[in-house]
Amino acid sequence: MSNALRSSLSITAILLILCGGIYPAVVTVAAQLLLPAEANGGALVEQGVVRGAKLIGQTFDDPTQWPAYFWGRPSAASVDAATSVLVSSGSNYGPLNPALREEVSARVKALRDSGVTGPIPVDLVTKSASGLDPHISPAAAEIQIPRVAKARGLSEPELRSLVAANTEGPTLGFLGEARVNVLTLNLALDAHKRVGHAAPTTSTR
Amino acid sequence: MNARFWVLTAAYFASLVAIAIPLGHFMTRVFAGENRASRRALGWLERGVYRVARVEATEEQTWTAYAGSILLFSLGTQLVTYAILRLQRALPFNPTHLGAVPPWLAFNTATSFTTNTDWQSYGGEATMSYASQAVALTSQNFFSAGVGVCVAIALIRGVARSESPTIGNFWVDLVRVHLYVLLPISALYALFLVSQGVIQTWQGPLAWTALDGAHSSILRGPVASQEAIKMLGTNGGGYFNANSAHPWENPTPLSDFVQMLSIWSIPAALCVTLGEMLHSRGHGRAVFGAMALLGVLGVVAIAYFESRGTPVLARAGADLLASGQQPGGNMEGKELRFGIADSALFAAITTGASCGAVTSMHDSFTPLGGLVPMFDIQLGEVVFGGAGAGMYGMLVYVVLAVFLAGLMVGRTPEYLGKKIDSRDVRFAALYVLIPAFSILIFSALGVATAAGRAGILNAAPDGGPSPHGLSEVLYAYSSGTGNNGSAFAGLTAYSPEHPIFWSLTLAIAMFVGRFPLIIAALAIAGNMAKKRRVPLGPGSFPVEGGLFVGLLVGTVVIVGALTFFPALAMGPIVEHVILQR
Repeated sequence: MSNALRSSLSITAILLILCGGIYPAVVTVAAQLLLPAEANGGALVEQGVVRGAKLIGQTFDDPTQWPAYFWGRPSAASVDAATSVLVSSGSNYGPLNPALREEVSARVKALRDSGVTGPIPVDLVTKSASGLDPHISPAAAEIQIPRVAKARGLSEPELRSLVAANTEGPTLGFLGEARVNVLTLNLALDAHKRVGHAAPTTSTR
Repeated sequence: MNARFWVLTAAYFASLVAIAIPLGHFMTRVFAGENRASRRALGWLERGVYRVARVEATEEQTWTAYAGSILLFSLGTQLVTYAILRLQRALPFNPTHLGAVPPWLAFNTATSFTTNTDWQSYGGEATMSYASQAVALTSQNFFSAGVGVCVAIALIRGVARSESPTIGNFWVDLVRVHLYVLLPISALYALFLVSQGVIQTWQGPLAWTALDGAHSSILRGPVASQEAIKMLGTNGGGYFNANSAHPWENPTPLSDFVQMLSIWSIPAALCVTLGEMLHSRGHGRAVFGAMALLGVLGVVAIAYFESRGTPVLARAGADLLASGQQPGGNMEGKELRFGIADSALFAAITTGASCGAVTSMHDSFTPLGGLVPMFDIQLGEVVFGGAGAGMYGMLVYVVLAVFLAGLMVGRTPEYLGKKIDSRDVRFAALYVLIPAFSILIFSALGVATAAGRAGILNAAPDGGPSPHGLSEVLYAYSSGTGNNGSAFAGLTAYSPEHPIFWSLTLAIAMFVGRFPLIIAALAIAGNMAKKRRVPLGPGSFPVEGGLFVGLLVGTVVIVGALTFFPALAMGPIVEHVILQR
């Protein structure tokens, strides 16, 4: 065996063990010891039932199915037929694709039908890049407050404070956008309803 | 284009400089074997590797031997990757019982990850087992980045040395870049990502019951360890289909900012290394300046067009006006937490480099907002560029710029005391022409054949020619040839009905855009090293300062514009005109 071949094979083997074996193993062990909640996805558990993960957006986008909840952004994610896991995806519609125009218009109409009269923030009618966007803009939450208030018999100021509690501003003032987490907001809505009956037990596992 | 965008961009470049200076200085010492502190910790491992592999650390290679070692190593790792993907069904850590990756897809993917392209014709969550991701793809993320850095260092050595037959030892450079640079930084970086919410687990899918009682599940896995080297090594192949837009790959604006920094950190640091190894810090600064100038132009252009949105969205009834309460603009294919500003910055960075990770879907950009990333790639990814690849690509442009300047003033062109001869220029010309041929000829093939057109998503409704369809094809071959890996992702580059056309042509494009260019760069390195370095005199062409930056930027832009303007005119530019009608 020539020297070059021997060097190549041995170094490939060693680097493979280091980079594809030891490295991911060390990172996994360290992550599981130091940050187990984050490392496993941060499941939101409520009364023993996993309700999702804080970072993973769920589809609250059918107006007839979710009249009493805040709606999130439309999603192009799909379910894999073989393994039934969610596959993240954007729509990949080009700006002139007729489907883009039709879907945005239909979405605007659904919001108008739900009673929205003012401007409709673009994020609430366009599909995210991942299809799993957990957030909407504060403006997109604001226009839904009257509808949710009516459906739940809550006052608008009460709802506004719930929205505020689930809103984050830009990190350090300049990183990223102000955003409302739709799943935690909707969980908080349901917990709000239960106050007086049973204490909310949302926790992060 | 609000105040937040400008603060973000300024903070980004300031942070990049702050990282590049110490990292570049450190890399200078690593490749000279003078990194004393880290060698005390890991020197035993380095020496152990050489002993087992029978590598004589002081023995250097000619450029041909250096190139031969790279080809041998890359071919070997490509075979390993292919084998693991094909065997994943039989391997452990496959919680959703995925079958073998089909042959053409595995071939395309192995080529893709070996060439630092990390183009993905698949969605990770439904295709790759944890073992395939963590063992095959993660290690290949390291290797391809390591090889790129080695080539850059070898080329710099070639310029720095005088009358030397050799340009270093590939195996030594490769082991050093892994042990002292890539592995330690990635490990710490991965843990930071976990702290932000990136997952790192061997547990199977997370299942939940939605508020309406419906059941869903989502795949998990060892994401953070792959994410770290994916960005640091300018690889860009996502763990999940949506890449860095997926909340578990890139959960927060802070993780996003650090990901953007990590893409350009090694390429920017190599500017510092360049200045130190050539004993001309001014030259290093000038190369950095040229890259930064091109980078800023790209970022601003994308942010401008994306923040304006499109007439289609406005007419459909969406409010596009940005405020503190909403991002506005063209939000189709963008994540709310990143809005327009962070998405635009990321798009410019990932295509200026050979990274190709995305936080937004470039296919859904406005026509001109999408033209910029495509053109960044077509320029050869020299806007900081890939780990190593950006530096050796830019040095080829430096040779061309110096040559052009020599022609203009009628002097023998000279680069830091090295005469540029016809052999250098021939290889530099090849370096520029090979990718141009690959991109344009494959794109013509892609739109001229039924198999090629079958992949297009945004086709014209009547089946006729569509400017956006051409953009999808042109972007794909630019990305493949440029070893970028991002896509106008509506393109279906693999389907069981059409397994071969895109897999094969893109694999060829990726190969052509990688190894012939590495050989050309190393040929220049070998030729430069042989020459005597003459002392700089008053007649020497200055390779620092504003004049040189202008000349270098001009060379890059003119070569790119002349080559690709006709194709871009038929794609995004026509589409822009139609959209504004």
